[in-house]
Amino acid sequence: MFRTASIVALVVFLLTIGADSSIAQSGESDYKAAYGSALAANTKAGELKNQWTRTGSSLVAAHKAAAAGDYAQAVQFSREAEALANASIAQTEREKTLWKESEIH
Amino acid sequence: MRKIIVFITVMTIFGAQSCLAIESLAPEKDFKAFRGFFIKRFPKVPLDDFVNGPYSMNQDMRKQWIEKEELPPYDFSVDRGKELFSAQFKNGKTFADCFPNKGVGIRQNYPFFDEKKNEVVTLELAINRCLEANGEKPYSYLNDDMAAVTAYMAFTSRGKPFDIKVPNNPRALEAYESGKQYFYQRRGQLNFSCASCHVQNPGERIRGEMLAPALGILNAMPIYRSEWGGMGTISRRFTSCNSQVRATPLEPQDSSYRNLEYYLSYMSNGLPISGPGARP
Repeated sequence: MFRTASIVALVVFLLTIGADSSIAQSGESDYKAAYGSALAANTKAGELKNQWTRTGSSLVAAHKAAAAGDYAQAVQFSREAEALANASIAQTEREKTLWKESEIH
Repeated sequence: MRKIIVFITVMTIFGAQSCLAIESLAPEKDFKAFRGFFIKRFPKVPLDDFVNGPYSMNQDMRKQWIEKEELPPYDFSVDRGKELFSAQFKNGKTFADCFPNKGVGIRQNYPFFDEKKNEVVTLELAINRCLEANGEKPYSYLNDDMAAVTAYMAFTSRGKPFDIKVPNNPRALEAYESGKQYFYQRRGQLNFSCASCHVQNPGERIRGEMLAPALGILNAMPIYRSEWGGMGTISRRFTSCNSQVRATPLEPQDSSYRNLEYYLSYMSNGLPISGPGARP
C-alpha cells in the first residue's frame, strides 16, 4: 500500500515538473515572438521618426520581466509595446495629410 | 515635326520655371499669414515684443520679465561663451576664423540653406563643424558650452532683425516645407504638434507654464530656464518639447530639427534677436 502511494506520488511529482518546464518553455517562446513583433513595429516607427517614449519603456519592462523569468508579464509588456508602436505608425500615416488642416492660411 | 518638338521643349521649360516661381512664393505667403494671425490674435502686443515669449502675453508676465532682466540669469553664460569664443584652438585658430565678420553680429543670419551641400546649417551645427575642422572635440548640443557660445554670439547680435533667406532652389524649398510640416504634424502619445501649444494656445497655461507664441520663439535662444535650472540650446528646447508630448526625441541636429528651425526662424524674419533670454 505504502509502495503504491509512493509510486503515485512520484508519478504526480514528475508530471508536475514536466508540465512546469513545458509551460516555462512555451512562455519563453511566446515572449520571444511577442517581443520580436514589438521591436519590429517600434523600429518601423523609428524609421518614420515617430517613436513614443512609452513604447521604449514597455520594451525595457518586457526585457526585465523575461530576465526575471516572469514570461507572462514579459508577454504582456511586449504586446503593450507593439500596440503603442502600431498606434505611433498609424498617427504618422494619418498626419501625412492631416497636418495641413491646422496650418495658418 | 521639328517645330513641334521645339515648341514642346519651350513650353516644358516655361512650365517648370513657372511652377518653381509659384513654389518660391509659398514661404512669403506663409510669412504674411503667420504674422497676420498673431497680430490679430494679440492686438495689444507690440510686434517686437513677441520675442519675449510668455513675458509678452500680459502685464503681469511683463513685470516678471523686467525684474528678471535686472539681474539676468544668463549673464554667466555670456561671459563663459566669450571666453570659449576667444580661446585659441590647438592649431592657434579661433571661432572667429570660421565665421563671416569674425562671428560677431551674425546670429540673425542662422540658419541658412547651404546650396552646395543642399542642407540647412544652424548656428549650433556651424559651431561644431568649426570645432571639428580645427581638430577639436565638438560640444554636446544639449550642454552648457554650446549654450554659452551661442549665448555670446546671440548677445553680439541683439537688436538685429532675423534675416533668413529661402533661396529659389527646389532643395531649399523642400527643406522649408519639411520644417513647416514638422511644426504642424502631431506626434507622441499625447498627440500634440508644435502648433498645438504655440499657435493654438499661446498665452494659455499648461500646468504652471505659460505657453509662448510661435512668432519670435527662437529670437531669444539660447535661454536660461528656471525649470531647467540652467541654460538650454535650441536643440535642448526641441528635444525636451518632444519628450513632453511623449515622443522619443530625435538626435539633436537631425535634419528634421534643422528644417524646423529654418521654418520657424523664417517666420520671425524682421523681429529682433533678443537672445540670450530667460524663461520661467
